[in-house]
Amino acid sequence: MEKILEVKNMSKIYQTPKGEIKALENINFKIKAGEFVSIIGPSGCGKSTLLSIISGLEEKTEGEIFIQGKKVEGISKEIGYMLQKDCLLEWRTIWSNVMLGLELKGIKSKESNEYVKNLLQKYNLYEFKDKYPQELSGGMRQRVALIRTLAIKPKILLLDEAFSALDYQTRIMVTNDIYNILRKENITALIVTHDISEAISMSDRVIVLTKRPGTIKDIHTMEFEEEERNPISCRESPKFSKYFNTLWKELGVDENK
Amino acid sequence: MKTNDRKKYLQKRRKNKILVAITQVFILIAFLGIWEWMANKEIIDSFITSQPSRIWATLTNLGANDLVHHIQVTTYETVVGFLLGTTLGIVIAIILWWSNFLAKVADPYLVVLNSLPKVALGPIIIIWVGAGTQAIIVMAIAISLIVTILENLNGFLRTDENLIKMAKTFKATKFQILTKIILPANISTFISSLKVNIGLSLVGVISGEFLVSKAGLGYLIVYGGQVFKLDLVMTSVIILGVLAGIMYGIVVLLEKCILNSKKFK
Repeated sequence: MEKILEVKNMSKIYQTPKGEIKALENINFKIKAGEFVSIIGPSGCGKSTLLSIISGLEEKTEGEIFIQGKKVEGISKEIGYMLQKDCLLEWRTIWSNVMLGLELKGIKSKESNEYVKNLLQKYNLYEFKDKYPQELSGGMRQRVALIRTLAIKPKILLLDEAFSALDYQTRIMVTNDIYNILRKENITALIVTHDISEAISMSDRVIVLTKRPGTIKDIHTMEFEEEERNPISCRESPKFSKYFNTLWKELGVDENK
Repeated sequence: MKTNDRKKYLQKRRKNKILVAITQVFILIAFLGIWEWMANKEIIDSFITSQPSRIWATLTNLGANDLVHHIQVTTYETVVGFLLGTTLGIVIAIILWWSNFLAKVADPYLVVLNSLPKVALGPIIIIWVGAGTQAIIVMAIAISLIVTILENLNGFLRTDENLIKMAKTFKATKFQILTKIILPANISTFISSLKVNIGLSLVGVISGEFLVSKAGLGYLIVYGGQVFKLDLVMTSVIILGVLAGIMYGIVVLLEKCILNSKKFK
């Protein structure tokens, strides 16, 4: 498979009135097209910063980012971003919410209208298109937020603790739901999470960061026998607890230092 | 089917509501009654306290004191001051939201101006813009403007950071963030500004009319006081109260319209 995203020698130093804070140091990794990769690490290790930099929302101090072999500066059109909260605008209908990205980018067209309509139909949201976000459940809202992001046809989706605001049960369902949608739409995903089991169940590889300044400590490949794996079936696999223990130790050792 | 408990609960609620309303009306009638009775029995001096029947006579005799004209003048000044003060305040708040630098520069000035009693500016305003309606309107603006700026700027700055970040991931320009996120997210801020400002504008107009005017309810109150026509003073105060109530009511109505049309929480 071709590599779609490459991060090369990336570092980030924050300037604050009190001094410099080294957030990330010498980050290198590659992601293949269609791959799901999670980033975990102790809190404050800069995992969200890493995502913000890849999305172009924040400047990097050093290093380069390549998407499909091309060096990117600023916000790339190939990248979609999902935040912790669904960030739906309460004063807009579902339809108007999912069209927001296209509207902001000024690329609304007949085709994009059709495309979004299809997505809503495919994921059982079309009948709610004239409703307002507050009338939908947490899981549905998250799906709406995902479609808003997919509407701009990104190749890579960045998920920044995208499910952490949901309660546990909804979260498992939504994770499964979104996993299936992303696989179906053939999208590459880079997931930041503090939840080890979420990282294992969703991804092909897990990148472990050290505490600040964040560097890559290890990259683990998650291999499951299941033909048609999904986050819920992964959780039932015997390998799940093995991976869990490995990652747990790796994170834990850091904290005892 | 309603259960018995439910019925009881609903009944109790209704009873309570009716009781509150009856008590409110009773207090008003009792107050007016005692006032009238004491004035008639000459327990109180109606020359100084006036009395309900005389206020009523003044009211029904609108033409004699040109009351309608005075009401119109005050309403006009209040509405103009209110509209200008609110609009100007929101526009300045938007400018300060736009430029972090300007906001920081303006901060201490706004704080001082906010705590300064605006009535103290009266003489300056009169000298600068002239003694007349314009001075009264400027006074109304002066009183509501700074609060509007502070309230709205605060609302803009407290808008959920995540919404702005989300818009930025779609490459939103600053203008888009303003029009698509900040302004619609602050509808409730605008409405509360409107509610506060309608009252403040009236305060500004009346204190303006106290200082300089040829007409208006504030003028009537001062005039009535000077010539010891307490009937006129009391009548004007009551009209003023009703006027304030009506204006506030209109804003509340407007709020309901907006909330219904946009489905806010």
